[in-house]
Parts: sequence; structure tokens; C-alpha cells
Amino acid sequence: MTELAPQLLSVPSPSATPVEDRKASNGATLPSARIERPARREQMEESPKLTAEELSAWFGAKQVLQRVSLAIPANRVTAIIGPSGCGKSTLLRCFNRMHETVTGARATGKVRLDGQDIYARGVDPVLIRRQIGMVFQKPNPFPSMSIRDNVLSGLRLTGLLKRELAEGIMERALIQAALWEEVQDRLSEPGISLSGGQQQRLCIARALAVEPEVLLMDEPCSALDPIATARIEDLMHSLSDRYTIVIVTHNMQQAARVSDQTAFLLMGELVEFGATDQLFTSPHDVRTEDYITGKFG
Amino acid sequence: MSTWNHNGKGDPGSRSARRNNGRQTDPMGVNRTGRSDRFDARGWRRIGEKLFVWACLAAVFIPLLMLACLLGDVIIDGIGRLSWGFLTSPPSRRAGSAGILTAMVGSLYLVGLTAALALPLGVGAAIYLEEYGRRGRLSSFIETNISNLAGVPSVIYGLLGLGIFVRALGMGRSLAAGACTLALLVLPIVIMASREALRTVPYALREASYALGVTRWRTIRSVVLPMALPGILTGAILSISRAMGETAPLIVVGALAYISFLPRGLDSPYSALPIQIFNWVSRPQQEFLDNAAAGIVVLMAVLLALNAVAILLRNRYQRRLD
Repeated sequence: MTELAPQLLSVPSPSATPVEDRKASNGATLPSARIERPARREQMEESPKLTAEELSAWFGAKQVLQRVSLAIPANRVTAIIGPSGCGKSTLLRCFNRMHETVTGARATGKVRLDGQDIYARGVDPVLIRRQIGMVFQKPNPFPSMSIRDNVLSGLRLTGLLKRELAEGIMERALIQAALWEEVQDRLSEPGISLSGGQQQRLCIARALAVEPEVLLMDEPCSALDPIATARIEDLMHSLSDRYTIVIVTHNMQQAARVSDQTAFLLMGELVEFGATDQLFTSPHDVRTEDYITGKFG
Repeated sequence: MSTWNHNGKGDPGSRSARRNNGRQTDPMGVNRTGRSDRFDARGWRRIGEKLFVWACLAAVFIPLLMLACLLGDVIIDGIGRLSWGFLTSPPSRRAGSAGILTAMVGSLYLVGLTAALALPLGVGAAIYLEEYGRRGRLSSFIETNISNLAGVPSVIYGLLGLGIFVRALGMGRSLAAGACTLALLVLPIVIMASREALRTVPYALREASYALGVTRWRTIRSVVLPMALPGILTGAILSISRAMGETAPLIVVGALAYISFLPRGLDSPYSALPIQIFNWVSRPQQEFLDNAAAGIVVLMAVLLALNAVAILLRNRYQRRLD
């Protein structure tokens, strides 16, 4: 964690002119102004950040994921869509081994982060979760903590916080989460005093403060109003040049707006996975077409 | 994806249609006399409602009245004996100079030791059962047994204490033996209250912590326990006031009724407030009965104060969760 500060300072932006645009307009954009999305970055031929291989998952005797295999590219936004109960949240929770925290839940198969199997014997799920952060459906800041303490909670509770770096880390995480402007004068107020959308950005800041490589978002906007949703979507764009983002959403428009890749899941099975443009305009599978045209779901 | 359930249950339309046919009213609820009885305010239903309200009111006031009578009676009898001297004197053969100092100090020692034993054990057990234990047949078996233990008559705990602590472990009629017995007695209460408190902490907060790469134990320590603490404390205080009022098990494990010195250590003989009161009540002389009444007033005051603290804590807790 010693190189944490320099990491945060130097922004590696591989091919990111459009993203710079987004960043400049970030925060001031209205939902209507964002219909035109930036040109997609060139597909880079590189090894994927996160891959699932023959991943199956169960709750008790009920199988909710059936041998799902997919490769999630680095520094992209990947959306997982599908009807309720199709296993999209479970798939997401398998990516940072949160699935198994529920009693009776188990998973088989492999998930590789940079090629290393995170389900291999001897891998500590706690350390995996420091690399792969997560944002939940309902904003869940710690009620007893101030805004400042919420942001720093990950580092503090893992014992990794260096006191002299705390203020800087907190400020950068809040800036990254596009929340700094709104809360810089009230950092000592409780996190739950913020509005729903602000609370969700606080949760994003909290996840970013531990410097993960991947950020998993489980329907992060479903409890938010359209304006708060727009801000989170903008945020995903600006974050994707540094983080690999996987978002589960039941909102197909959202998937089309924010993602580079989309996976369509149906009854625990991966039906189709491809570039978002292609999946939404010319899907290969008839089930995908039925779903995105609203014939079911 | 889902099939809609259209059979009779839960479908109000079909049921009200049947009822109307039985009563021979038209769909608007107008009967043969032509007067609408759909919203008629008279009739048995209304009388029944009123009777029920009065019965419930009586159920509130009868016990309150009894309690008030009891308290009033005790206070009238005991108020004359209540004084600083009464609180600071040891018991005596002469009722006029007898006090509750040794009994009160004994009770405080006893309750303090009981809390020191029962709280860590009880909270630990609750954490294991709630946070680590698997849901299954064994856990529901344990759960049932803990609730059953809470209902076991206290004199049985006294006999258990006599068998284990006083005799088998050779503690004798000591403060330690009394405290261990009382700790066993309140343990189920502490466990149940702590589990309840842990259960009120939203699972989303545990998930938030796990997702940050925090270990389970640290999550429990730094996220779950602080939020559950007021609830746990409420249970703890209630169980302590239970221990404070217990008489039967202490008689069985050998608390003394007459003792003129303060407890000097864990192996010291001791008395307790309820024991002292019990002793005075069993004397024939009116002066000792007055002493008992005064003792009861003191005991009640301490218990009410403890319960008040418990209620204050709970209120603060609820406000923080809202």
C-alpha cells in the first residue's frame, strides 16, 4: 500500500480522449444531454481482466448459474442484463466471492482475475474483495460513521490506513466519486444525512478508497431518481479509464447507455455476450432479441 | 415467466358475489325493505366492538391498580424506617437499629460478579449462534433449549448451583458460588436479548463491510457490535435486575440472613437484599415487618432505576436506527 498515493495521482488513460470529454462535462450534464454517447474505444487485443470459466452457482439445491463462461475486458464497462431471477446478481457476486457469504450458497468453476483463479485452494476471499470492490443496489453507508469515516472505513477496518495519507486518500476518493464538491464542508456529518444519490456516490467513494482494480455494481441506480442515476452513469464512464467496471442492471436503456460489452443472462444461462452496439442492434440469439424488444421479462 | 393465480382464494370478487347471493341483496347492497344497510352504524357488531375496547381497558388498569396498591402499602409501612441510618447500618437483633448495609453491599457485589460472568459468555454465545453458527437442526435445537432454560424455575438453578459450585467445585457458601449460580440463571436471558439485538443490524451493512475486504471478525467487532450494543445493554440490564431480585436460588446456595460484616473476597460469606427482606418478613414483630417494607422500597427503587436506564438506552437506539 506504500505506492498507493502515486497510483492515485498518475491517471493512466490509455486511449481516452472521449472520456476526457465526459469528465469535463461530468456533474453538469442533464439526462437529456447524454443521449449521444462517446465513440467507443477501440477494442484492444489484450488479455481480459476477469474471466469466468464454467461457472455454476447454487443456493442450497437450487442451481442459479449454469456453466457460465465469459471474459471481461480491462478498463471497460461491462453490463449484465436479464429478467428478474436470471442469476445476474449471483454472477456478479461470484466475481468477488461474495456469493458464498450467504448460508447455503456455493459455486463451482473458475473465475480468473488477471489469469489467477480466485476460487483456487488457498486463496483468501477477503484479499480478493480488496481487489474487486462492490457497490450494492441500496446505498448502505455505515450509519454510525461520518462521511469522512465512511470513505476511509475500508482501509481502517482492514488495518491498512496510514494516518498521514488519510486526508489525501479521502479527498481523492470523493473527487473520483464526483461527491467532493457537495460534501467538502460537511465531512464530519453522518453519512446517512446525505440524499439517496449522494449516499450511493459515498458508497462508490468508499469502494474506491481501498484501490480495487475491478468495481462491481449491483443495480446501483435502481433505488435512485433519474438525475441521481444520470450522475452515477457519468461516473461509470469517467471511472472506466482506471477501473474495470461490471454493472448488473434490469434497465436495458441503462445498459445501452453506459456499457461497452453486454452479457444477456436467462435462467442462469449466458445466452449472448458481445459488444453492446451489436447486441442491442443485431443480436445473434432469438431469445436476446425477444428480450430486448420487450416480448418477455 | 410467471403464471397468475386465479383460483378462488385471495380473489375478492368471487367471494363477495357469493355473499350477496346468500343475503338476497342486489349488487348495490340494498335489501328487500329498500333501505341501504351497507353502512348501517347500529347492530351487534358495534356493541361487540365497544365491549372489546372496555375489556382491553380493564386489562390495562386492573394490574396497574394492583401494583399501585402494593406499592402504596409498602411505602406507607416502610417510609418511617427509611433513613440514612437504615441504609448504612448492618442488621441487628433490635429492629430499630437494624439496617441493610451488608445486604445491599452483598447484592451489589453479587450483581456485579454475575454481570462479569454472564455478559461475556452470553454475548459470545449470541455472536456465535447469530454470526457463525449454521442454520440447521442443531441450531434450532439449541435455540429451543435456550428459551426453555429461560423458563426453568429459579429454585432449580439454586439446586444446580448447590450441586456444582457449592459442593462439587468446593466453593462453599461463598459470594463466588452465589454469583455463578445467578450467572447461569440469567445467561439465557442475555443470550436471547443479544441475539435479538444482533438480528436488528441490517445484513446490508455486513455485506458492505465484507465487500471492502474486511474480515468477518473485524466486521462483527467494528460494524455489527457497535450497532447492536444498546440492544445488548438493554438485555444485560434487564437480566441484572432479574438477578438482583432473585431470592430462591440464593437461599439454596446458602446466602446468610444475618451477617454483620461486608464481603471481603470471592470466598467470603454474603447476604443479599431479597434474603434480608425474606428474613425480616418471617419475623412476628411489627417493627421487623416495617424494616422489610423499607427494604422492599429500596430494592424496588434500585430495580426501577435499572429498568429506566434500559428504557432510555432502547429509545436512544431506536432513534439512531430511524
